[in-house]
Amino acid sequence: MTTHADAADLLRRTRELLAAHPPATTGREEFLGARFDAGLAWVHYPAGLGGLDAPHSLQPVVDAELAAAGAPDNDPRRIGIGLGMAAPTILGFGTDEQKRRFLRPLWIGEEVWCQLFSEPGAGSDLAALSTRAVRDGDTWIVDGQKVWTSSAHLARWAILIARTDPDLPKHRGISYFVCDMTDPGVDVRPLRQITGEAEFNEVFLTGVRIPDSRRLGPVGEGWKVARTTLMNERVSIGGARIPREGGMIGPVSRTWRERPDLRTPDLHQRLITLWVEAEVARLTGERLRQQLVAGRPGPEGSGMKLAFARLNQQISGLEVELLADEGLLYSDWTMRRPELVDFTGRDAGYRYLRSKGNSIEGGTSEVLLNIVAERVLGLPAEPRTDKDVAWKDLSR
Amino acid sequence: MTAPIQPATTPDLLYSEAEEDLRSAVRALLADRSDAPSVIARTESDTPYDQELWKTLAAGIGAAGLLVPEKLGGLGATHREAAVVLEELGRAATPSPYLTSAVVATAVLLALDPEDGPAAVLLGDLAAGRRTAALAVPFAAAPGGDHTAEVTADCGALTGTVRGVADGALADVLLVPAPTGLYAVERAPHREATVVLERLVPLDLTRPLASVTLDGAPATLLAGPGDCVAAVRQGLLTGAGLLASEQLGVAEWCLTETVRYTRERHQFNRPIGSFQALKHRMAEIWLQVVSARAAARNAADALATSAPDAALAVAVAQAYCSGVAVHAAEECVQLHAGIGMTWEHPAHLYLKRAKADSLAYGTAGRHRETVAGLVELPAP
Repeated sequence: MTTHADAADLLRRTRELLAAHPPATTGREEFLGARFDAGLAWVHYPAGLGGLDAPHSLQPVVDAELAAAGAPDNDPRRIGIGLGMAAPTILGFGTDEQKRRFLRPLWIGEEVWCQLFSEPGAGSDLAALSTRAVRDGDTWIVDGQKVWTSSAHLARWAILIARTDPDLPKHRGISYFVCDMTDPGVDVRPLRQITGEAEFNEVFLTGVRIPDSRRLGPVGEGWKVARTTLMNERVSIGGARIPREGGMIGPVSRTWRERPDLRTPDLHQRLITLWVEAEVARLTGERLRQQLVAGRPGPEGSGMKLAFARLNQQISGLEVELLADEGLLYSDWTMRRPELVDFTGRDAGYRYLRSKGNSIEGGTSEVLLNIVAERVLGLPAEPRTDKDVAWKDLSR
Repeated sequence: MTAPIQPATTPDLLYSEAEEDLRSAVRALLADRSDAPSVIARTESDTPYDQELWKTLAAGIGAAGLLVPEKLGGLGATHREAAVVLEELGRAATPSPYLTSAVVATAVLLALDPEDGPAAVLLGDLAAGRRTAALAVPFAAAPGGDHTAEVTADCGALTGTVRGVADGALADVLLVPAPTGLYAVERAPHREATVVLERLVPLDLTRPLASVTLDGAPATLLAGPGDCVAAVRQGLLTGAGLLASEQLGVAEWCLTETVRYTRERHQFNRPIGSFQALKHRMAEIWLQVVSARAAARNAADALATSAPDAALAVAVAQAYCSGVAVHAAEECVQLHAGIGMTWEHPAHLYLKRAKADSLAYGTAGRHRETVAGLVELPAP
């Protein structure tokens, strides 16, 4: 069944939902469930799976109406990996049964998801991963180690890639699974970072049993499935408008205005240069958003993460310097586990240290520059020494 | 102030279909009549501009009349369209009086809001491409300064010298600011004694500069002192804002040609464009070009809609785009290596244009000072 919902139709359905389940007197999960069942969760998803097959660009019509009525949202920052990465992959490659089982609790936030991709020996070269999945009847037995896993300590499910055939070249011997994080063979340990806190985890997998019914896509085609996941990771920009001084430049500009005693000519030069760059980055993001709304997405998204990483690092570095005596202090080195990743939270020292991760996480700046050069500009690839070599014969 | 001033409206940063059609027309014309060898030959001739090309661009396509309302003989379009024309002129490094006459001089006259009289007549002539005009202030002058001090007026005759005027020796009419107001001075054979135009040797061979010396030159008063200062400021602001689009075009050409060349050029039995060190440098230029496009479109849109923060949009665009064009042109020469150092290859046209443009209508540093004032981040 397909619907051809337009803006007026979505508005009507949203108002019907609000009338039938008034936010003031409806429990949070009950409301979110009703919203999902009405096809208003993510309107571009298929009917019956939280959507109405409507254009993605019409989602704001629903969101704005619900926000105005004070309806609860599904706390997208808490379940970002599920919404941004697991869901599009399940939708693209899952069986009907998998879609029905996983998508609704994922969207409502009943079940948190995490992503078991990176390994100590496979970061930029993710396809070289060595976590093994060995078939045992209609079950897979998984052994290995994953790292940099956000939300693993909260997650009910994980998307997992593992090697199912070491005799093939690296890209061709990988399969894609949904892993139950409550399995006794899953051991989650906090991974403390340079900021002192542990946003991420290491995950040790020892004899974890995954039924074949939780495989996503064909055996050996896990890399293709993973590329869908990774593409969605970098499309996360483009939704919201950023206000002027909305990012890292905000706190440092406020400090400059409030603390004339800290001002020096050199810091002023650098601050204004960075202010201009931050404003241009804001405009670039706004232009990208307008392209998406107009249905003409460009390759500019690949560049946004690079630009923001560099800006965040330069601005937070300047901020530590601006604060002079206070810049020599740090708020708190205690190891804690923050609920949410917050690049701009806490103090200048934290921002300076945490922003170092911006050019590493989700693809290093060096790898992203290669991607821009090869996929956007069409420059030739470097000669490869790993293309037709069995994974087991690669140097490690 | 503790919170930044937010933009009053969301700017339209895309290109409309009409703007893309205009781009296609200009690009086709320049591809046909302004290829690199002919531009290089033109820079060494006595006639810096191809008059036939100018006529086609100004009158045939109507580009000279974009900013002028229909009632004054123009097309009644906006800065958004003029910006697209400048992108293409930058991309082809075309020598043309478009920026000085159809943008800056036109914006000065429009700021006087003339119903009739000499300013309205001149606007009609500029819009139709019948004549060209140039604002007699140094090409490096930033918006906001006082540009009335070089020339004095005595009974309607002007005396003084202004150096480094873009198109000063070529324009049919000079718009001259003086303490008593804004004047028009006609360039005519019988006035050579009172209007001495000395052609200078410019760094950018595609943009002629002149020293203008007036010695009791007869002049027509266009506006009084208050209107003069405001009009000159608006002219320079428009020039600075739309120059960002020219700089974008320059940077895009440099990137495109460098990518093309490094894919074809082989050393060490490989295309040099497959070396990661070079790929990263070109990817960096691409990032800057993408950002420059957003900044330039924002400035053009702010000027077109007379946005309250147009001055900030222009200052941000100039502070950013100047460096992007220079960087792209310098990298273009370096990555072309030997061939990039030759007179025959057009890379030098773009390097000279980019470097000169980075000084035109105020340096990036000057525009950063403007930004600091506008967003209340004062110097110590």
